[in-house]
Amino acid sequence: MRSIAKSRTGTRSRRAHAESRHPLSLASATALPEILPALLEVTDLRVTLHTARGPADALRGVSFAMQRGDTVGLIGESGCGKSITALALMGLLPEGATVGGSIRFAGQELTALDEDALCELRGARIGMVFQEPMTALNPLHTIGRQIAEPLRLHKGLDAASARAEALRLLQRVQLPQAEKRLDAYPHQMSGGQRQRVVIAIALACGPDLLIADEPTTALDVTLQREVLDLIAELVAEDGMGLLLISHDLGVMAETVQRMLVMYGGTVVESGPTAQVFDALAHPYTRGLFAARPRLGLARGTRLVTIPGRVPELADLPAGCPFAERCTRVVDECRRALPAPRAVGPRHQVRCIRPDARVPVVHE
Amino acid sequence: MSETPLLEVRDLVKHYRLPRERLFAPAPRVRAVQGVSFTLAAGRSLGLVGESGSGKSTLARLVMALEPPSAGQVRLDGQDLHALAPAALRAAREKLQMVFQDPYGSLDPRRSVLQTVSEPLRVLHGAAPAEQRERAGEALDAVGLRATDLGKYPHEFSGGQRQRIAIARALITRPKLIVADEPVSALDVSVQAQVLNLMQDLQDKFGLALLFISHDLAVVDMVCDEVVVLYQGRIVERGAPETLFQRAAHPYTRALLQAVPRVQPGAARLRRRATPLPAPAGAPAAEGCDFAPRCRWAGERCRSHRPLLRPLGTGAHAVACHLAESVAALPVGSD
Repeated sequence: MRSIAKSRTGTRSRRAHAESRHPLSLASATALPEILPALLEVTDLRVTLHTARGPADALRGVSFAMQRGDTVGLIGESGCGKSITALALMGLLPEGATVGGSIRFAGQELTALDEDALCELRGARIGMVFQEPMTALNPLHTIGRQIAEPLRLHKGLDAASARAEALRLLQRVQLPQAEKRLDAYPHQMSGGQRQRVVIAIALACGPDLLIADEPTTALDVTLQREVLDLIAELVAEDGMGLLLISHDLGVMAETVQRMLVMYGGTVVESGPTAQVFDALAHPYTRGLFAARPRLGLARGTRLVTIPGRVPELADLPAGCPFAERCTRVVDECRRALPAPRAVGPRHQVRCIRPDARVPVVHE
Repeated sequence: MSETPLLEVRDLVKHYRLPRERLFAPAPRVRAVQGVSFTLAAGRSLGLVGESGSGKSTLARLVMALEPPSAGQVRLDGQDLHALAPAALRAAREKLQMVFQDPYGSLDPRRSVLQTVSEPLRVLHGAAPAEQRERAGEALDAVGLRATDLGKYPHEFSGGQRQRIAIARALITRPKLIVADEPVSALDVSVQAQVLNLMQDLQDKFGLALLFISHDLAVVDMVCDEVVVLYQGRIVERGAPETLFQRAAHPYTRALLQAVPRVQPGAARLRRRATPLPAPAGAPAAEGCDFAPRCRWAGERCRSHRPLLRPLGTGAHAVACHLAESVAALPVGSD
């Protein structure tokens, strides 16, 4: 806590110059060696969706970078742009969406790739785990066939070796009775088992990056822990990068090294997980933290709420997207989107009045 | 506590028959609820906790008299709901209302807020339009929406506001009991807090009893006076939330508590390497404890004799575990 406060005062004087020149430096991997290109480098990513109400800026300049072995979390509420970020990375944005900025994956610019080239990446070098395992799996095909599909497509394995590999993958995700399960259909399995199958498919081709979009939201709390542990273990074993998307602060705290808090299509706070939780520098991060019901609150306790509601992407204000709900708002907040400023080592906040002095009460 | 409780559930059992697997084999059954009893006094709140498949939602449907039980009784103000004639049941329904999980699926998109909120009045009383409008306005006011919202349609509202509309619809008959099935789990964190605060305010203001179903222990801890933990259709533990969450005496309750992800400061990565709860391996023995196949402390007796729910310590704490005393003595977080 003290060190963060110190570095903040240190940066304050330089801030005005440094950040007007580098508005896009949010969460850039400054501490990493410069020799290798980052596994994933997202720079000023902008996405405009065309909705019935006109164009909506779903992402307004998202930047971050990660290496193999990094675990990064995107956290935010519905409509903050976290899923759009994942879709943009995979080239799966809805029809008519316009993309600006750059997504470099292992040195290759993804925004310039055509559909065929993206197809070669997806499932091969970028694995995906979605929220709802029932809809991610095809109910008409056996588990074995669905795991074998990427192996046959991307690796050109024949049916027998793809099946053998599928079995190995099922064992790797610790599905009980894996051999029997190869010929089972998704409806014959429980939610947790299905999610294990989805993870096995995502890992089939040994991807460099695993994107998991709310992988445990549809699961029971006891299963959630198991699935998160499994993902973390597999990621550590293979040394791939993990981009975990969740709305749950607890899940973030336990699973990722670094987190990006999103609101209104921008990253409002980013930094090493422990530092973000220590400082809760952005008023939104602080609000999210306080609004969480947590064990041990006496009956009748009122939760601290964030007034108002998440803004619609189609009518985001010109200034800070959180201004309307913020208790610390001043006129200047509404003028322009605040540039990211450092509040600690690799810890940045898009707020002109970050709040790092009020002590945070942890459970 | 000599007076009749508002809600009394006695030895409730619900079996569902599944389609036959083979022509001459007997149709398999799912034992969703297997002998559950509890009471809920007026103005109090009871939380039902458990994994999916533990029977919490079936229990809610039985309490709401949406389907008949296989055995047992649901008494509201002393009347057995499932023994009532249809007309009397309809009259009794005024006293109990339900709030569902999904605020998108539980509101009819083609109906205005006025039509949705006043429907219970129309159906139960045939109330005059003027009265409907007035009462609907009052109900909206109570949940923090405006009477001018009456003419709007669900798509014009956010998830949290829709859940407020659903609560207004439940309030309009001035019920004594609201059954809320995961009322906040589909909402964003910041909005969830608003709805939880609202539900507590309404409970205080109108003296409502609340049967609150949730998988989120923290939410239940905050809202409820008493908590019932269900496992495979049976109560495994019950008690006041502070007792239950600090001195959990059933291994299943402890496993649930362990599984809640927590935010702790000071370390980069705090994925606690707790031994995960294994999935049930095979069907539990007919006589033993249902939880024994997943329990790390289970002994011979657990597999041969089903533990009954018995009081533990003082107060309302009760647990169905042979080893409850030694489990409760373990420090929290040690397992």
